[in-house]
Amino acid sequence: MPVNTDAQNTDAKPAAGGRSIDPLLDPWASLRRFTPARIGLGRTGDAPPLGAVLDFQLAHARARDAVHAPLDLEALRADLAGLPLCRVRSQAPDRATYLRRPDLGRRLHPDCRAELPPGMWDAVFVLADGLSATAVQRHAASLLRATLRRLPGWRIAPVVIATQARVALGDEIGEALGASLCAVLIGERPGLSVADSLGVYLTHAPRRGRRDAERNCISNIHRSGGLPPEQAAEKLAWLMTEALRLRLTGTGLKDDQPALPSPAPPVIEG
Amino acid sequence: MGRYHSDFQGERHRFADLREVLAKASPRRSGDELAGLAAESDAQRVAARAVLADLPLTRFLEEPLIPYEADEVTRLIQDTHDAAAFAPLRHLTVGGFRDWLLSYDATPGALAAIAPGLTPEMVAAISKLMRNQDLISVARRCRVVTGFRSTIGLPGRLSTRLQPNHPADDLRGIAAATLDGLLHGAGDAVIGVNPATDSVANGMALLDMLDGLRARHGIPAQSCVLAHVTNTIRMIERGAPVDLVFQSIAGTEAANAGFGVSLSVLREAQEAALSLGRGTVGDNVMYFETGQGAALSADAHHGIDQQTVEARAYAVARAFRPLLVNTVVGFIGPEYLYDGKQIIRAGLEDHFCAKLLGVPMGVDVCYTNHAEADQDDMDTLFTLLGVAGVNFIITVPGADDVMLGYQSGAFHDALYLRSTLGLRAAPEFEEWLERMEMTDRQGRVRALAPQHATMRRLLAEGSDAGEH
Repeated sequence: MPVNTDAQNTDAKPAAGGRSIDPLLDPWASLRRFTPARIGLGRTGDAPPLGAVLDFQLAHARARDAVHAPLDLEALRADLAGLPLCRVRSQAPDRATYLRRPDLGRRLHPDCRAELPPGMWDAVFVLADGLSATAVQRHAASLLRATLRRLPGWRIAPVVIATQARVALGDEIGEALGASLCAVLIGERPGLSVADSLGVYLTHAPRRGRRDAERNCISNIHRSGGLPPEQAAEKLAWLMTEALRLRLTGTGLKDDQPALPSPAPPVIEG
Repeated sequence: MGRYHSDFQGERHRFADLREVLAKASPRRSGDELAGLAAESDAQRVAARAVLADLPLTRFLEEPLIPYEADEVTRLIQDTHDAAAFAPLRHLTVGGFRDWLLSYDATPGALAAIAPGLTPEMVAAISKLMRNQDLISVARRCRVVTGFRSTIGLPGRLSTRLQPNHPADDLRGIAAATLDGLLHGAGDAVIGVNPATDSVANGMALLDMLDGLRARHGIPAQSCVLAHVTNTIRMIERGAPVDLVFQSIAGTEAANAGFGVSLSVLREAQEAALSLGRGTVGDNVMYFETGQGAALSADAHHGIDQQTVEARAYAVARAFRPLLVNTVVGFIGPEYLYDGKQIIRAGLEDHFCAKLLGVPMGVDVCYTNHAEADQDDMDTLFTLLGVAGVNFIITVPGADDVMLGYQSGAFHDALYLRSTLGLRAAPEFEEWLERMEMTDRQGRVRALAPQHATMRRLLAEGSDAGEH
């Protein structure tokens, strides 16, 4: 990345034909290996160079698009072909309300209750748009299929696709279905570097009023240096098996699987 | 009941209690709507302000928003209230006090003299009757100066926290971001890192690295690892070079319990840090962060609006003579502050309330990607806070915090503010920048060429970090 310098500074030497220095002379090049931070951007006066400004704007635009893009239901149904599906929504009617009123995103719309067939289900998977439909679109189907392959003989409820959904919406869905376990696959809050990170929240005996401490979470599931969906499936299937055996989730269910790469702390999406 | 009502331009409005008057008088924000406390109409909001304006200031001493017996923050506010400092204001209404604050009589000296006589509820109430320019005009006259190795809050100065976070606490990555900041003239308030992993061993490794860097280059600033206060106490016990003790705090005992702290734990930590005697120009050893929405998100707001309960956190901070306090104004999310307008207003309110109470206030001018805000909103808030005389701002490389996943200030933003508003770094740090040949004749931070001696010396630290 070129380092712009400023003519007002006595020892700045703009390279011939421009204001940037040969990248080989960029003293920050070796330090960038150690951090994804935007170090050594350079300056013109007090301002960062235009290239850095536009890079930042693009990253922010992608993150915002991920927050506001609606889930492409047709594409998701095609990715889930062959699996029985239900479709529900929360009481948040639109994205603007969803962002302002997390309480509404946790409540099932009353019209949707009839969509959920009660049964003796071991588990239900809920695919929830959360704060990044992009994450669900890109990773949920492959994570789901890879997990199902590891759970032979399980009584799995129809897969529930939920929109304008927060994590706790899964409690009401799992309760209506009578499922022992509820796994919510949900889009995490997008950052500037990754806008398609998926999280999974697993809850035993889901019912309204469950607290976050009663869930287990796998976060940072994405293919840009995070936990790839196949590895996440391994971890999720292990957690589900243990949760059903021990009849609990949350702080009582310790994840003693080997440590996995964690490029950023989980952003708990309530 | 029925004590609070108004017949305001032909409409009758009733409010159940003091909490409701305060909440309904607040400028619109998503957190109060989420809590079900917000005014039901814009007209009701103005009516509540009219009721508030006519209340005597003494009412806030008579009617605590949370009972004395039920909350140690209320007890702290009542027990430390300075009746002598309050005496000149005793006869005033909230509206009358607003008029006095905006008058030419409210000089820096007069404002400092009344600060111990003010409670957070009084200050929050006044802020609700103020426009943004009023919040700026009064805050600009409040001087709260603190010191450790640098002196922060002097008139005409703007300091920065250098926040070199890394998603995996990589020592070389943190060193690289620190050097980038120093070469932009950042770090005179504190070099303060949020650890990705909050453990004692990890915190000590970070402290050793930052303190070594500081000592080798004689940097007149302080370092801080923003671990939980109980971990910092353990680090002190194990001999770590702790300059400042950090903790997130809020305005109720229950919300503080949610953070795992109490006033007694904070007192213990302050005494431990003071026992090290590491400050050179002052002995302010505490660093606190606050933010509107923290109490509601912990379900510990007691029906109080988020701006008033935030002001109560400043009473907690004030009791520990902190070096630095900052609100993380846009960090907590759009369910508390929805958009740029709400974030800007809240940033000005938080700065005003803290300064009026005598708290050395800085602001993390920031937002998340699901808020309706962008860099233009942050530029506006930076500029307004610079005019208002904010003690310090938070700065990270390129405004992108790669660990916490939100946008804060850039090192460049501080350069812009200093140049545009004629502000300077802390005096001790400014001298260091001159010694390192990092400033030009106008006192501006130069963009050094790669071959400059200071550049080479500092950048050599980057490859060595983790080996010292």
